Amino acid sequence: MVQLLQQMLVGTVTSLKIFALTLIFSLPLGVLVAKGRMAKNPIVSSLVNAYIMIMRGTPLILQLIFVYFAPYYILGASYDRFTAVIVAYVINYAAYFAEIYRGGIQSIPKGQFEASEVLGFSKIHTFTHVVTPQVIKRIIPAMGNEVITLVKDTALAQTIGVAELFRVAQNASARQFSTMPIFIAGIFYFIMNAIVAKSFDKLEAKLNYYN
Amino acid sequence: MQIVSVTDLEKGFDGLGVLKGISFTLNKGEVLSVIGPSGSGKSTLLRCLTQLETVDKGTIEVCGDTMVSTDDKGEVRYAPKNILHAVRLHFGLVFQNFNLFPHMSVLRNITEAQMHVLKMTKAEAEKSARELLVKMGLEDKEKAYPCHLSGGQQQRVSIARALALNPKVLCFDEPTSALDPELTGEILKVIKTLAKEKMTMIVVTHEMSFARDISDRVIFMDDGLIVEEGKPEELFNHPKNERTKKFLQRYE
Ligand SMILES: Nc1ncnc2c1ncn2[C@@H]1O[C@H](COP(=O)(O)OP(=O)(O)O)[C@@H](O)[C@H]1O
Ligand SMILES: [Mg+2]
Repeated sequence: MVQLLQQMLVGTVTSLKIFALTLIFSLPLGVLVAKGRMAKNPIVSSLVNAYIMIMRGTPLILQLIFVYFAPYYILGASYDRFTAVIVAYVINYAAYFAEIYRGGIQSIPKGQFEASEVLGFSKIHTFTHVVTPQVIKRIIPAMGNEVITLVKDTALAQTIGVAELFRVAQNASARQFSTMPIFIAGIFYFIMNAIVAKSFDKLEAKLNYYN
Repeated sequence: MQIVSVTDLEKGFDGLGVLKGISFTLNKGEVLSVIGPSGSGKSTLLRCLTQLETVDKGTIEVCGDTMVSTDDKGEVRYAPKNILHAVRLHFGLVFQNFNLFPHMSVLRNITEAQMHVLKMTKAEAEKSARELLVKMGLEDKEKAYPCHLSGGQQQRVSIARALALNPKVLCFDEPTSALDPELTGEILKVIKTLAKEKMTMIVVTHEMSFARDISDRVIFMDDGLIVEEGKPEELFNHPKNERTKKFLQRYE
């Protein structure tokens, strides 16, 4: 039992790595994608839109397999499975985050931009000091949902053979002829998401000082 | 001394003329009221002055700088960026619906531009912001957030925010239209005080008795044109144009 828990903790660390790395890269990348989606240049905006539609319109598991195997079939080169997972998740989640950011930015009243302009703020200052703080407050619920989904999506990494939590649990189940390890994995995911949900609630409460 | 001069200003949206040739001047210390039916182009005029809209034709000169001009061939030329920025700061604009920054305290709403645009230090900015808050009767509200203030208080904060950049001309776009009737008085009082201090102002308003009271000059706009212009006594008591007469009858 102790050995099982130890293995599962190692798996959990891998899951958490996938989780953290995906967020670190996709959160900022989403800003760029959102900017591209809202670009005045119609070529840029429609290309970015096509990318978003593909990311949202096809299963993540399929994208994962594609990202891992496509370079092999096209270039004959294979690369690290873990890297493939991060690449696939980052480009997928950046698309989702971008759409959330875009919705948030477009929900900011026009008057906020106009007041900033008349006061002589630079575009960057308006973005960082007027728009972004208000966008963050507005998108917290949607971001919370997405991040919770990401915790659960880390389980898909096993598709290409990365030994994250769920893979470890499945292997243990097979060895022990018992569903117990899978049940325990469920508890692990639940706890991780309870922490995520709690963090988002806290953030939301913290930004509740204004409407 | 003339500080704003507008000549043959035209502006349309999707081919539909909204301003059809507006010319007027504004002298230092003068209060100019702009009245007229809704849709006549009053807001658009203020938005062209404050560069929220680009003009289709015409010339605007502000404090000796040419913000935009139009040559004989009809080509519109805006000044280089640095001049446009300077001209922008000559104008303050008070919006109908305040447009305060909801995530910033009252004090921060005022100091933000002082610090970022005028490069004042935090201490300087807060000192000057507090003086403005006293003037607006809001000295006890500096820590409050806009959502906790009444409409009248919010509008006074937005006036303080505009004044904080020491504009040469303060523009008001129906500053009381979004307020409950019992709150309009406090805003009108503030504008009156500013008029007494010889602040140069352009006030778009539907408050006729107020316009008559504070203005040095009144412009009546209809359908994108200045139909009549004059001293308040003349324009309100003896309107010459039929359209002015008809419009003013509605307010009797
Ligand atoms: N951004 C815009 N796009 C299209 N039409 C506009 C826009 N802004 C104003 N208009 C039109 O211009 C006309 C004048 O508007 P406005 O200047 O707001 O009038 P007023 O302030 O006198 O009520 C209106 O018919 C309005 O619909
Ligand atoms: Mg208007």
